[in-house]
Amino acid sequence: MANDIKLRAQLNDDITEIKVLMSHPMETGRRKNGAGEIVPAHFIQLVTMLLNDKTVLEAEWGTGIAKDPYLTFHLKGAKIGDKIVIVWHDNQGNTGNSQIFVV
Amino acid sequence: MMQRRNFLKILGGAIAWSLLAPLETLAAIWNKAAFETSSLDIVKKELGILSAKVSPQIKVIAPDRAENGAVVQVEITSHIANTEAILIMVAKNPTPLIANFILSNGMQPYLITRIKMAETDDIQVFIKADGQYFTASKRVEVFENGCG
Repeated sequence: MANDIKLRAQLNDDITEIKVLMSHPMETGRRKNGAGEIVPAHFIQLVTMLLNDKTVLEAEWGTGIAKDPYLTFHLKGAKIGDKIVIVWHDNQGNTGNSQIFVV
Repeated sequence: MMQRRNFLKILGGAIAWSLLAPLETLAAIWNKAAFETSSLDIVKKELGILSAKVSPQIKVIAPDRAENGAVVQVEITSHIANTEAILIMVAKNPTPLIANFILSNGMQPYLITRIKMAETDDIQVFIKADGQYFTASKRVEVFENGCG
């Protein structure tokens, strides 16, 4: 599975706009496939975002976040060159992470 | 009850926001009872939301109509001082609790995300600030169930 995360962090005045697009099926465990079989639940449960190794966001998710989760956040206190890291964990034990420097 | 604010530490600290965090550890952090119930009342009980005051200081922007409930974009802004968490719920979804975002260290009380909706309903937003809860909602008319 491709655990891709597209990540962008852009400073405007004193606010850094962080945009995240994660590649994940976010299966609810209720959908049936073409053969009529239930597709097992497969969804991100935890998301953490760090600014230079300091936690700025901790999120718990259920199955109600749309497929290929998208996020925008506004962060105060970051400077150009600071490191933003994002990590997710799903209910099947998979994980994905990405990092980027503020521009 | 487990202190959820620092779950990163539980996962092994900033160095090891690890690729190998054991599932049992994650299970201890993720609020299973709140996320798996079909009852909004149980969600609120599990999260400790005993009462929530409707607040005009919370702005919830979402489309009036959604052709397909599989992707409904929502933008949330809280002007309530000391906002520490933003929660999203949809009562008629099979599991009403969608997300709990805990903000810290300069993260502003603002977000955009995309959710699933089963049918026409309110997107209910709860804001935690100074240990109290505030709420606002936005009605979205949904034409196709997005919670399959």
